[in-house]
Amino acid sequence: MSISIKDVEHVANLARLELSDADKEQFAGQLNAILKYAEKLNELHTDEIEPTSHVLPIVNVMRDDAVKPSLTAEKALLNAPEEEDGQFKVPAVLE
Amino acid sequence: MANSKYETVVGLEVHVELHTKSKIFCGCSTSFGAPPNTHTCPVCLGHPGVLPVLNRQAVEYAMKAAMAINCEIAEWCKFDRKNYFYPDSPKAYQISQYDQPIGQNGWIDIEVNGKTKRIGITRLHLEEDAGKLTHIDGGLGSLADFNRVGTPLVEIVSEPDIRSPEEAKAYLEKLRAIMLYCDVSDVKMEEGSMRCDANISIRPFGQEKFGTRAELKNMNSFRGVQRGLEYEELRQADILDGGGQVVQETRRWDENQGKTFSMRSKEEAHDYRYFPDPDLVRLRIDDEWKARVRASIPELPDARQARYISEYGLSSYDAGVLTASMKLANFFEESLKFTTDAKASANWIMGDLLGYLNANNFELEDAKITGQGLGELIQLIEKGTISTKIAKTVFKGIVETGKSPAQIVEEQGLVQISDEGAIVAVVDAVIAANPQSVEDFRGGKDKAIGFLVGQIMKETKGKANPGLVNKLLMERLKG
Repeated sequence: MSISIKDVEHVANLARLELSDADKEQFAGQLNAILKYAEKLNELHTDEIEPTSHVLPIVNVMRDDAVKPSLTAEKALLNAPEEEDGQFKVPAVLE
Repeated sequence: MANSKYETVVGLEVHVELHTKSKIFCGCSTSFGAPPNTHTCPVCLGHPGVLPVLNRQAVEYAMKAAMAINCEIAEWCKFDRKNYFYPDSPKAYQISQYDQPIGQNGWIDIEVNGKTKRIGITRLHLEEDAGKLTHIDGGLGSLADFNRVGTPLVEIVSEPDIRSPEEAKAYLEKLRAIMLYCDVSDVKMEEGSMRCDANISIRPFGQEKFGTRAELKNMNSFRGVQRGLEYEELRQADILDGGGQVVQETRRWDENQGKTFSMRSKEEAHDYRYFPDPDLVRLRIDDEWKARVRASIPELPDARQARYISEYGLSSYDAGVLTASMKLANFFEESLKFTTDAKASANWIMGDLLGYLNANNFELEDAKITGQGLGELIQLIEKGTISTKIAKTVFKGIVETGKSPAQIVEEQGLVQISDEGAIVAVVDAVIAANPQSVEDFRGGKDKAIGFLVGQIMKETKGKANPGLVNKLLMERLKG
């Protein structure tokens, strides 16, 4: 498998990154190198091994359904670039 | 689409908010209607370095819901990140379940036009809700309230087994009833605690392959779902009739215009790049846990309906109406502690009580009457204390004031007159005052009797025992 410039553009778009043509060339090369390195793993026979989703040998970490204090609206909005009426203001999104 | 040459195929995706006290991965309150952004914390706001911890109650509600719709419960589950950029999600991903949902392969039975039909359920999975966006007029921006972010949801996906808008509505109503019986959600479509998207396509009858589907969104009521689907099946039929092709797209139902509109979202196919959430460890549901949750599921609507038919001799329809709402069914059962006449109770509930609720746009809890009140009312009729006609007056009093039937009968002096002497006196007076009617009756006009009875009831303010009035009047007229 190899990563094309088109693949880089797709992933960059998903991540909302704007890349120059030089960036795209560079990342395509780097991503290919990473994939090639990881491909070594394909030499192992894993047919009878269940896919691992977590490496920690613990399960069922849960809490009771109890309400804890929340942040105040003022605090919650401290990092908001813009706010209005106690809400996060963002560029218009209308579908 | 009666008389059409096309068959409609519908699959529904229903989201149900679980009514836990706190959110699924943090301790923020889930209560509805708080001022914006007062129920948030670093976890649900997606700040760096925070750690979500799963709410056990949310898992148990999801298990309960999945069991109630006959799903197989997974032994192993994991949570996955569904990645997307949209300002209703501060983390830029939603924690959901991708390939290991809590429940799979379920079904529910619906009834349409007297026929029972089984609708398959593909899966039920647990996930978190997103925030609420409102849009500033003139496209000047959007405002995000993150109170709802992290409210636990189950998404219930049906098989494409639904064949008409009517079946879709029946499916939703049944699903809602089951969730209410299980007490896992408020399931109010108007408040958004139950939401429904629909996939709909049509195909010529006999064709096996599904047609191209449209996904419908923004249907905010049961009626809206039905109307949206009705509009859409006709729209698609028009396209096919005109030799065109249905485009696969997402369409928005506009309740006011009664139409669906293409949402024309940029056609970059969604690429959610699901992967296991590394912050949440796996979930193992063992048999003991399953058994414990299963034991908490009450008798569900179908079972209760069957019991009402066999135990009380109600018709399938009546039993269905009573059990469609658990509150109504409980009300009915409460009344039966005070009377043995189940059919009378069912008739009062379905006629007078539901009529009263509908006329006033009330929920059952808005009416002051209790099951006990209705049971006692029926008892008063059984004992002959009041007539069925007077009972209507008493019913009005109970439902509006919450007083006991006996109290209303006493306060308003509504006790039935069953003293023959007293009734005879009125009968004689009415006969004397209406010689023409008496003559008509004797001349063969049976209708005249109705007028005379009416006059007697009027004289006694409706309190005369109707059986006695008829008997005594006939005796007098024929004697």
